[in-house]
Order: sequence, then structure tokens, then C-alpha cells
Amino acid sequence: MSTFAAPAVRAEPGTSGSGGRSGPVAWMAAPALAMFVAFAVVPLLGVLALSFTSWDGIRDITPSGLNSWRAVLTDPQLPHAIGVTFLIMALSWLVQTPLSLLIGVFLAGRQRYRELLAVLYFIPLLLSSAAIAITFKALLDPNFGLGNGLQLAVLQQDWLGKGHLAVGVVVAVVSWQYVPFHALIYQGGVRQIPDSLYEAAQLDGAGRIRQFFSITLPQLRYTIITSSTLMVVGSLTFFDLIFVLTAGGPADATRMLAVDMYQRGFQATLMGPASVIAVILVLIGLGLALLLRRLGGGKPDDSQLEGV
Amino acid sequence: MASTLTRGGHRTPVVTADATTPAGRRVRGRNWFGGAAAWIWLVLIMVPIYWIVITSLKTRGTYFIQNPLVPPSDPTFGNYKLVVESGFVRYFVNSAIVTAGAVLPATLISFMAAYAIVRAGGRSRFLRWANSLFLMGLAVPLQATIIPVYLIIIRLRMYDTLAAIILPSIAFAIPLSVLVLSNFVRDVPRELFESMRVDGATEWGTLWHLAFPLTRPALATVMIYNGLGIWNGFLLPLILTQSPDQRTIPLALWTFQGQFGVNVPAVAASVVLTTIPIVILYAIGRRQLLSGLTAGFSK
Repeated sequence: MSTFAAPAVRAEPGTSGSGGRSGPVAWMAAPALAMFVAFAVVPLLGVLALSFTSWDGIRDITPSGLNSWRAVLTDPQLPHAIGVTFLIMALSWLVQTPLSLLIGVFLAGRQRYRELLAVLYFIPLLLSSAAIAITFKALLDPNFGLGNGLQLAVLQQDWLGKGHLAVGVVVAVVSWQYVPFHALIYQGGVRQIPDSLYEAAQLDGAGRIRQFFSITLPQLRYTIITSSTLMVVGSLTFFDLIFVLTAGGPADATRMLAVDMYQRGFQATLMGPASVIAVILVLIGLGLALLLRRLGGGKPDDSQLEGV
Repeated sequence: MASTLTRGGHRTPVVTADATTPAGRRVRGRNWFGGAAAWIWLVLIMVPIYWIVITSLKTRGTYFIQNPLVPPSDPTFGNYKLVVESGFVRYFVNSAIVTAGAVLPATLISFMAAYAIVRAGGRSRFLRWANSLFLMGLAVPLQATIIPVYLIIIRLRMYDTLAAIILPSIAFAIPLSVLVLSNFVRDVPRELFESMRVDGATEWGTLWHLAFPLTRPALATVMIYNGLGIWNGFLLPLILTQSPDQRTIPLALWTFQGQFGVNVPAVAASVVLTTIPIVILYAIGRRQLLSGLTAGFSK
């Protein structure tokens, strides 16, 4: 179909092919681009546009200037929701990262039982957030759950009825669901560290702990950035889990931005203010991704989130 | 063994590590600390799963009087019967339609886009722009676009249909699919593309006869991931459908929970029943999933 030009200067397979023009190949990207533009890019711009309107979800949309922005920005609920979002984000990062690193390094060993462990670890990832939330809700129920059944006073608390406990439960359930995933990411990362580095360290008499901090950890730098990015950006979208587990409660204690957006928009039918929250959510996501990318520094070609 | 696919999709057999001592020669002595964490974590994963399974086999009566961690002496399937009679089959079919209807087109169009980006992305400003747009999609929490998506679906007169869930699901699956697939297409040796061209193959022919067979493992991985995400999706069905006829499984679970109330064994049975199909698929496609994970995210 295409005429071949001199091999392209850059040694990438992608740069050979039809010389100068991309016409016949480029259209292959068109369907994906069209779908993505229609149901992701347009809504992304649309949410900004809707934040300057008022709409109840059914009747006509009317422009309302900065009213929604004014309403949301002066609402004490906003700093609270942002605070809850970042609290859950920070706590779940702090709990998950050391655990998944530790387990990931262990899983990187080639023993067969460790392969089996990896297989079992994957199970929480198969379950829907709704199923997990329902399971833990039943398990932690003060009257009908595990605590009462075992008559263990420690477990017999009203886990989802007290604000700080509910935040703790959300973080614990999130970790239950995702620590295995990040452990498997770290397992992959550790297995790529050249053995020669460890051999050299052994010759120099470095112990296990020294090896971990001087070789494993620095070598995993980009894996840590990737895993953290997924954790942090992913934590903005814990909607399903929190919605089913606590519905933002008790008394807004777990009402993070995504839940706040849903409740304003689809329960209080205030789509304008809900769109403002959505715009803030997008800006926080982009900001965090850029920040983490900056932290990762150099080597952009290998970063899994290049271009972000 | 599990991972013959490594970073960025470079297929490097891990012979070097496997051929030496199976105990992992890089590690001197034992990693007690990591080992303890790994085994404790396994227990933490398994206890809730074990609890939900045995609870689903208890009657309401025995549930309240028995130790919750002891399996029932006379297991009953009555709870499962109740769940099935509450419309489970319908919800299951709906979820299957949504998942198949979204995963196949999403993977196909992402594969075509990945091929185009790798083949001509170096020259075409259009493709570079498309690629950065997709990559941006990875950083944006797409849930935040739900209000305009709802508006678009209403305007398309698709509210409360399965298609309403399918269309945005396809769009949301594209960024990660394109990223992973383009990493794999990039690994196809350049000489092969050239020999295809010399043979007079069209780009479309090259896509199917060269790139497709060589990226098949990655395609399977991407399909499993997207399938899992869409099967378990909650927000799109919650917002874009309304009637019980259009309910998918995660949403049905949520309504079961309201419906069964304190009938914990019935709630447990609904959770188990909705999870069994995925666990079976996992048992079949496990290797693909785990190796794909390594390929997609490591380093």
C-alpha cells in the first residue's frame, strides 16, 4: 500500500513504513479516538461547562454563571470532603506501600509455594468493590457480625458507626483489596533487578537489610512511582466501595469528593454544584499525576505513565 | 515461570533466574520478615472469604447461635435458592451482555490504535496527539465525567438500557488498553514489518497477519482486565439504569443487601454466587492474568 522511504533515522519500528505520510495507518486510530472523544473528552469539557449552569437532572439546563462555584466554594462541606479524600489517600498509601513492598520482595523468590501464594493473593482483585463492601459490612456488624459471634470485645465495636473508626475501616478494606495487586507489581519489579548487583553486594559483605536499602529500594524507584501513582489516582475513585460500605457516613466522616459529587448531583439533584466537585476532582487527579511524575524524574521513556 | 513477560512487554525468558538454584540465589539466608508478612496477609485475605462461604451455607437460625467461624453441620443451599429466585439469572445475563459488548469492541479498537501509534506515531502529529490524549486519560479519574455522560446518554435516548453502560465502558477502557498494547506491538521486530511490506501486504493485512498473532497474549491480558473491571463496575449501572430488568450484578448485590436486610446468610449467598463465575474464569486464565500484570506495570 505504501511506498517505502529510506529507513527512518530513529531506530524505532514505528518510524519505518510509508515515508512522510501516515494517512492509511492513521485512520486505524480513528475508532478508538472517536469513542474516547465522545465519551471521555467531551464529558470532561462538558463537566466544566455544566459547572456554570444549574440543572436538576431532568428539566432544562439553564446557565447560572458562577453561582454553583460560589455555592460550593463557600460550603464548609468542600474543605471537609477534600480533607477526607486526602486523609484516605494518605492513610491507604502509608499502609499499602510498605506492606506491598515487603510482600512483593518475598514473592519474588522462585520457590513454588510463593507462586501459589501469588495465585491466592489475586482473589480479592476478582471481587467487585460492591461484594467486598457488603462482605465487610456484614462481617463488622456489631450485632450480627464476627465480633458478636466470637464474643470478642475488641471486635465488638460499632465499626461503621463512629467517624474515625469508619475511616479506619475504609483504609483497611482498601488495603485488603489492593495490597496484593501492588505486591504483585513489586514482585515483577524485583525480578528485573540484575542478579549481578546482589552478587557484588555480597562480595562487599553487605547483609540482607543493607542489600534491601542499598539495592532493592533504589532499583525499584520507578516501580514505586508507578505503584504510588496507581494508588493515589486510584484512591480518588473509591466511590463504589465507600458508597456501599458507609454511603459517606457516619455524619459525612467518609464523604470523600467522589461520594460528595454523587450525593450532590444524583441525590440532591444539584448537577451544577456536583459538576464543580467533578472539576475539582479532575484537577486534583491531574495535579497528583504531574507531581508524581516530577518526583520520578528522568527516564520518561520507560515510565508507564509517560506523557501524563 | 509465571512471568515470562517482563518490563514494557519485552519478552525475555527468565531462564537465567530459573536455571540456577530454585531457592533464589540472590537471597542469602531467609527473609523472615517478608515471609511473616506474606503469610499473615494470606490469612487476612482468606478469613473473610472463608467466613462468607460458610455463612452462605447456614440457615438464619444457626447463623445467630453458632460460632461464626465454624462451618455448619448441616449445610443448606436454601439461601442460594432464594438468590436465584430473586432474579439472579437475569442480572447475570445482563452483566454478560455488557461485559462482552464492551470488551470486544474496546480491545479491537484499542489494538488498531496501538498499531497505528507504533507504526506511524513517529511521523504523524495526529497520532502523537491522539496518543497523548489517551495517556492523559490515565491520570484523570474518569468517574468525574459521569454527569455529562449521563446527559449524553439521556440525549441519545439510551437511558436505562444496557447500551448506556456499554458505550462509556468502552471509552474508559481505551487508555490503559492502548498503552499496554502499544508496548507489545513496539516489540515486534522491525524486519518483520518490512518483509510484510515487501510482500505487498496492506497495513490492514499486516495488522492481522503479523501484529495480531504476535500480540495475542497481550490482547488476552487486556481483555481479561477490561472484562474484570466492567463485570464489577458499579457507578455506570447505578447512574445510567433504573429498572430491575437492566440491573447488572454489582448493582443487584447492592439491592439484595437492602432486600435481605439482616438475613446475613442470604446476603452471603448472593456475594458468593456472583463471584463464582469470575473465580472459574480466573482458574482458567490465571497464568495470562498474572504474567500480564508483570508486563503491564512493572518498572
